[in-house]
Amino acid sequence: MAWTWFHRLASPPHLYRTARRLTPWFAWPAALLILGGLIGGLWLAPPDYQQGDAYRIMYVHAPSAWLSLMVYTIMAVAGGIGLIWRMKVAHAVAAAAAPIGASFTLATLVTGSLWGKPMWGTYWQWDPRLTSELLLFFLYLGYMGLRAAFEDLQRADRVSAVLAVVGVINVPIIHYSVVWWNSLHQGPSVMYLGKPTMPPSMLVPLLMMFLGFTLFFGAVLMVRLRGEVLNRERSARWVGEEIGA
Amino acid sequence: MTPTRRRRLLLVLGILVGVSIAGGLALSAFRQNVTFYFIPSQVAAGKAPQGESFRLGGLVAKGSVHRTPGSMQVRFMVTDLKHEIPVEYTGVLPDLFRENAGVIVHGKLLPDGVFVADQVLAKHDQNYRPPGIHQAWGIRHGDPRDASLAVQAHGTPASVTAATEYAQ
Repeated sequence: MAWTWFHRLASPPHLYRTARRLTPWFAWPAALLILGGLIGGLWLAPPDYQQGDAYRIMYVHAPSAWLSLMVYTIMAVAGGIGLIWRMKVAHAVAAAAAPIGASFTLATLVTGSLWGKPMWGTYWQWDPRLTSELLLFFLYLGYMGLRAAFEDLQRADRVSAVLAVVGVINVPIIHYSVVWWNSLHQGPSVMYLGKPTMPPSMLVPLLMMFLGFTLFFGAVLMVRLRGEVLNRERSARWVGEEIGA
Repeated sequence: MTPTRRRRLLLVLGILVGVSIAGGLALSAFRQNVTFYFIPSQVAAGKAPQGESFRLGGLVAKGSVHRTPGSMQVRFMVTDLKHEIPVEYTGVLPDLFRENAGVIVHGKLLPDGVFVADQVLAKHDQNYRPPGIHQAWGIRHGDPRDASLAVQAHGTPASVTAATEYAQ
């Protein structure tokens, strides 16, 4: 009984309508949180004792990095569900998420590089954290490239899902790279249970950005998922009714 | 769950377990052989490559920074508080370079024991706070290989000292 909502999502028209209904519920809180987080992080938060104002790039860098990992995990889980239960909409979710995750990964790499130059003294080093994040970017590109290489949608779904599942091993490696190896990158500031690493005036805007970015991803995923479902079901009658209406 | 689904589930889990084991083995091998930087104790024990370039990481020893007047040359000691290695560098230092703070230098160790660096990178920790606040925040250092060593030796964490300097 409890799972009926889940089984109903497997129906493309139901998923399409649910995604459309949910979009504003993600988009508006995301816009407000990101606006609030930017004001709090860029204007209200004090400068850092060591890095001055340069640390503020963290308000974009850290949430992007979090999403680069979360989106890949979602992609791998959706791919796994698609493989096991032959659920087409799960593959649609994975396919819709990939370009968003790749964008966040690129944003992480670019903002990190811009932060690294003034603080560390270098744009790029082949450091464990930096290298594993770059590998994540290539995994996203590989996933998208692999999908595009197949004419047959079903084959594209299954083959790319295997890549997504295999590649998920990189996610814990990225997260723990700063703990396992000597690294230029500092340890985690937020995903750590223990003593606070920053005062609330800096932390609250950061958490707002984390939540805001996550909801923004949700909103974009809903929009992309609708496109993905429409494309897959383009010959179905409900699509004609939906578009014609 | 139908038998086919169970089989597919086992297959996907099998792939995941296999990849994790392979990854784990590769990583444990990396951990022994691939290191982004060596600390002075490792260099003293002869673990760093001889006659080749490598990275040396540690703290800039307090009071050890000497600049040659009229040039870009700077000399300082990199320490892990057990061993110290003298470093010579000519060039622009990063903004965060300061005594008692983390640093990673790239270069070669000469036979006379001096490390000639061609690149100096500053390391910062994961703690952020406004200038002037010292003890109020529970200070945790993520890298036991540099920062927290300073606590044992000097009684104050490196970043607290840095904060004091910044405030002045």
